[in-house]
Amino acid sequence: MQFGLSESQQMLKDNARKFFAGECPMDEVRRLMETDTAYDAALWAKMTEQGYTGIIFPEEYGGVGLGKVELILLMEEAGRALLPGPFFSTVALAGAAIDIVATPEQKKKYLVPICSGEARSTVAMLEASASWDPIDAQMALVKGRLTGEKLFVPDAAVANSIIVVARRGVFAVDARAPGISIKPMEGMDLTRKLYSVRFNNTPAERLGNAAGLARGLDVATAALVAEMVGGMQRTLDKTVEYAKMRKQFGKPIGSFQAVQHQCADMYLETESARSVAYYAAWALEENTLDAAVAVSIAKMYASDACRAVGNRGIQIHGGMGFTWESDLHLYYRRTKASETAFGDATFHRERIARLVIDAGTVSAKSA
Amino acid sequence: MDLNLTAEERQFRDDLRAWLEVNVPKDWGEWREKPIEVSFPYLRAWQRKLHEGGWAAVSWPKVYGGRGASLMQQAILWEEMARAEAPPMANALGLGLIGPTIIAYGTEEQKKRFIPKILSAEEIWCQGFSEPNAGSDLASLQTEARLDGDHYVVNGQKVWTSYGWVGNWCELVVRTDANAPKHKGLTVLLVDMKSPGFEVRPLRQMTGESEFHELFFRDVRVPAENVLGKVNDGWNVAVSTLMYERGPYGARLHLLFKRNINRLIEISRTFLRNGHPAAQDPLIRQKIAQCYAEIEIMRLNQLRAFGRVTETGVPGPEGSIQKVFWSELNQRVQQVAQELLGPYGQLLSGDSHAIDKGIWSYGYLRSRGNTIEAGTSEVQRNIIGHFVLGLPRSY
Repeated sequence: MQFGLSESQQMLKDNARKFFAGECPMDEVRRLMETDTAYDAALWAKMTEQGYTGIIFPEEYGGVGLGKVELILLMEEAGRALLPGPFFSTVALAGAAIDIVATPEQKKKYLVPICSGEARSTVAMLEASASWDPIDAQMALVKGRLTGEKLFVPDAAVANSIIVVARRGVFAVDARAPGISIKPMEGMDLTRKLYSVRFNNTPAERLGNAAGLARGLDVATAALVAEMVGGMQRTLDKTVEYAKMRKQFGKPIGSFQAVQHQCADMYLETESARSVAYYAAWALEENTLDAAVAVSIAKMYASDACRAVGNRGIQIHGGMGFTWESDLHLYYRRTKASETAFGDATFHRERIARLVIDAGTVSAKSA
Repeated sequence: MDLNLTAEERQFRDDLRAWLEVNVPKDWGEWREKPIEVSFPYLRAWQRKLHEGGWAAVSWPKVYGGRGASLMQQAILWEEMARAEAPPMANALGLGLIGPTIIAYGTEEQKKRFIPKILSAEEIWCQGFSEPNAGSDLASLQTEARLDGDHYVVNGQKVWTSYGWVGNWCELVVRTDANAPKHKGLTVLLVDMKSPGFEVRPLRQMTGESEFHELFFRDVRVPAENVLGKVNDGWNVAVSTLMYERGPYGARLHLLFKRNINRLIEISRTFLRNGHPAAQDPLIRQKIAQCYAEIEIMRLNQLRAFGRVTETGVPGPEGSIQKVFWSELNQRVQQVAQELLGPYGQLLSGDSHAIDKGIWSYGYLRSRGNTIEAGTSEVQRNIIGHFVLGLPRSY
């Protein structure tokens, strides 16, 4: 039993950190966030070269065939860099869902171009009710076609295919298919663009077995938690650096316990979120009995902790933290979007309650 | 990263499980509720049995009576002990904190003299660290030891000593150089508690029990060969003990917490709230789920920390997050228990209406001490701030 990373896992993480620091530094993040889509073809090509777009997909579809732990490590570094654009949507969300749900022919059709860097994808799930429970989707396939509106679809404008969660099925839609209209939704997070996607009698292809969808969403959720952990770590690092350097009353503010203890809490929250993010990834990879609970624990904890870390980080930066110039608010904005994505802490506490209280599997003896 | 048991770990677990099945006393349930003064000989006998089976201190080196087991195997042992509903070991501080410190800093003679009797529970150990005027600022302690020939003569007072009433030996931190800076004038002595001038008095705590004691020293003579580590290097020796206390020692607690939350889940299914089982109340569900999740995170933090200790060999200052996490979490869990139980939560063990023989009223009161004992939450946050994050000292 070893919780630590293997040598190759550590190397992947270190390389990812170097790659994002070199190819997507903060001035590039700021440039991309001012664009319509936050997508950059040149950056995407370089990420493809690294194997990132195919990281978890089987080699027969052009992927690298690594596991969920490796995905989580990559997402953590992407989160640290505040990587803009459709990487999460394409690989951790749509790609993971296709990988689990689709038939082999469909995987060939949709995963191969993702791995090769030619295509991007996303998942359209929420409707006006904004429920993260797939069972609440009202949109239904009628005679092979979809009609209706999906909201909060990440990166839809640069997606080649859109995976649609509908009643009694998961469907793939060509983003250029007739009847599709994609409009931006202006969200707080400037680095991951959201869209409303309207379908009007749009042809759709049913993907294999929709029963796997929940597991696909769990992979995406764990990946998002890892991305949050990376952002938390970056916020903590910047804040500690600032608290050492900024002087008031003739001393570094980091020497005051009111400041220092908040930094200690940021550390505790970041490390705890990391522990459970890694565990959730491993549980998904190993398909353990508690994998779904682990994902919910991870998202529950990270949703609250990520916000707390952002709050403390900006507070400790004082007036500087409230400026547009400071990078902290860019992370803070991403945090708010991520906090609600795939269910906030309240949503996941209820899911944990269903799994551990209602399922009746818990007894005091099984400690 | 691989949390599956290795073949070796599985073998370890299976051997232990088989041993426990045969050896765990069947009557522990009856003894469990008795006062510790009554059950202590029982716990000593149990530890002796564990030691004879080679299970008392598995992570210690083989030459000192351990199995050279990894911390992961140590964690497996605690889990298996909980699973088998085994009694705790009598010499908890000797095995968990002081033994490892003696192994790290002691001379060969000291190891030969003390380690076997720690393992067999023949000699129970306590810590003499805190003083009335030296709590969080431990290094300012005043108990002094003056060299007189080949003995140190100790005068002063210690407080908050667990197992004081039954202790045979004490890991005592004393000031040996009053002129040196406060961290540089301390020495650790291993003191026989039967020495003339050594007095132990119970300290009654807010729960009503006397789990802790005060120690008084009046011209207590300690042979100079009982210095642990180097003279005036006692701070490093003491910190080594404290790191075991904050890190690995807390690791078994998640099993107790898990037992508590599982019991609360059971209770929530039968206790009514607004005419329905509390388990259906949305707010109670949220609170139980939060506790359940955090107890799991506590376990995972510890497993990850074990991985790091395995790499570096010793627990480090990051163990302070475990201490903060478990102590504050237990207070939240106990509060949720109180909310769930309503007016029943306050009932003491002697009351015929008490739920679970009053463990929840006791647990609530006892948990207040968690954020104070073994280094307050404030001190732990200072440690994280200064030693882990590299912020300037705040004091």
